[in-house]
Amino acid sequence: MNAQQKWTAYYTILIREVLRFSRIWIQTILPPVITTALYFIIFGNLIGPAIGEMHGFSYMEFIVPGLIMMAVITNSYANVVSSFYGSKFQGNIAEMLVSPVPNWIILAGFVSGGIARGMAVGVAVTLVSLIFSKLYIEHLWVMFTIGLLTSTLFSLAGLINGVYAKSFDDISIVPTFVLTPLTYLGGVFYSITMLPEIWQKISLLNPVLYMVNGFRYGVLGIADLPIWISYLIILGFIFILASFSLYLLNRGIGTRT
Amino acid sequence: MTAALAITALRKTYDNGFTALKGIDLSVQQGDFYALLGANGAGKSTTIGIISSLVNKTSGTVTIFGYDLDTQREQAKAQLGLVPQEFNFNVFEPVGEILINQGGYYGIERTIATERAEKLLKQLGLWDKRKEQARTLSGGMKRRLMIARALIHEPRLLILDEPTAGVDIEIRRSMWEFLTDLNKSGLTIILTTHYLEEAESLCRNIGIIDQGQLIENTSMKSLLGRLDTETYVFDLVKPIEHIEDLGACHFQLRDPTTLEVSYHKQDFSLNQIFAFLNEQGLHVLSMRNKTNRLEQLFIDLVEGNKA
Repeated sequence: MNAQQKWTAYYTILIREVLRFSRIWIQTILPPVITTALYFIIFGNLIGPAIGEMHGFSYMEFIVPGLIMMAVITNSYANVVSSFYGSKFQGNIAEMLVSPVPNWIILAGFVSGGIARGMAVGVAVTLVSLIFSKLYIEHLWVMFTIGLLTSTLFSLAGLINGVYAKSFDDISIVPTFVLTPLTYLGGVFYSITMLPEIWQKISLLNPVLYMVNGFRYGVLGIADLPIWISYLIILGFIFILASFSLYLLNRGIGTRT
Repeated sequence: MTAALAITALRKTYDNGFTALKGIDLSVQQGDFYALLGANGAGKSTTIGIISSLVNKTSGTVTIFGYDLDTQREQAKAQLGLVPQEFNFNVFEPVGEILINQGGYYGIERTIATERAEKLLKQLGLWDKRKEQARTLSGGMKRRLMIARALIHEPRLLILDEPTAGVDIEIRRSMWEFLTDLNKSGLTIILTTHYLEEAESLCRNIGIIDQGQLIENTSMKSLLGRLDTETYVFDLVKPIEHIEDLGACHFQLRDPTTLEVSYHKQDFSLNQIFAFLNEQGLHVLSMRNKTNRLEQLFIDLVEGNKA
């Protein structure tokens, strides 16, 4: 395939993915928006005033970046894992496997689909947050790049889950037992400086912390950790997961007999 | 001339230790209409899976129009269109989009893929369904959709794995015509089917796989020529109660107006049989083969391989 044909193949997978989650927006876009709105109401409006300020911001303002990031993470992951496993389950992954499209384009197409949904939900949640709180954008470029890179990382993770999944149960185990705890304990609702020292150190093992930390720096201009560490950790994970995903696709693990 | 498909010493052993293919050598010439037959589990689908890159081979080589599937994978894949046995499209996607997307995976731009999709959907009687989700199609329509999808990138070799399974007679006949026209236009076709009548009427050459080995690879004419016994069923104008055999030509009355006749081709001709019936004052209204000839040969060959 020449470069033009490869671009067409990539574009086709991306369009297909975007149309897929757009057609079922009631299942894909609306629920995270409603869930996050509930977080804003309960934690921000009702409980927030009792907590008081955090790093000079109201509690509502403090949790906005974390909640946006949580929506981006879960939706990027969910999009790719459900789409990839769905393609395996229905057999239509074969449409790509029999074609000359290289595996790295299949990977790029699925991941771009995950990013598209993650970012779409991120924007929707951001718009909802305006109802409850003023939105600060201290470092737009940091906010955008951390959001994009985090979405990429969790789209890759979703694809790996999709490759190994053998049933619909398998695509919900990781989000339920790994992703949700990591996100909740990743500084979405609190600053790690509030934790006892030992828990602060344990928290540093949680990769989600660096993403929330980076994104919060982009929005509010405050961070628990240096911003370059956030970039380093995210890019490192992207490199590892992308290499592993490509290895799985090239070997045909989970896709070919 | 380069073979459309050349397979050499193809072996496949699955992770559980089961050897599905035990070293298959097969060559299909350009423009051929080739039947690949075998009982369930014989190794047909594994062979097709390897050719279409859905199954990893253990050893051996596969070339498609001279392109090696290991070293020239993209070029080899571009020559091939596959109609698998199971429905394997996204049932929630509209029919037209399934075709356009498939074209996209082959690098065909959307405008060109859309034109080709329109042509194929019209040819296969699916144009009215182009905006409907694939799950709303009938079984026959789904089969035709898979044929259209396999043709969107204009392959040079089309492999159909039981394309008419579960399809009614009328649609099956129209699919036969469509495939025959495609073959006449130069497309090489490999067909697997359990309807041996289908293979006999469509294909020029035939291979039979049994227990992971190719036990027969010859022309349909040559294979059918080996069958030395014919059995016909005659519908008689008037009922009879009894008829004597004509030497080694055996008659059997199935009911008063249905007569079954079995004979060796080297001993008798139909003319002799009709002359005999004429002498007996019997008039034949119509006649047909009792069993499919290829079916009998297939059973003989597979049974022979087991012995």
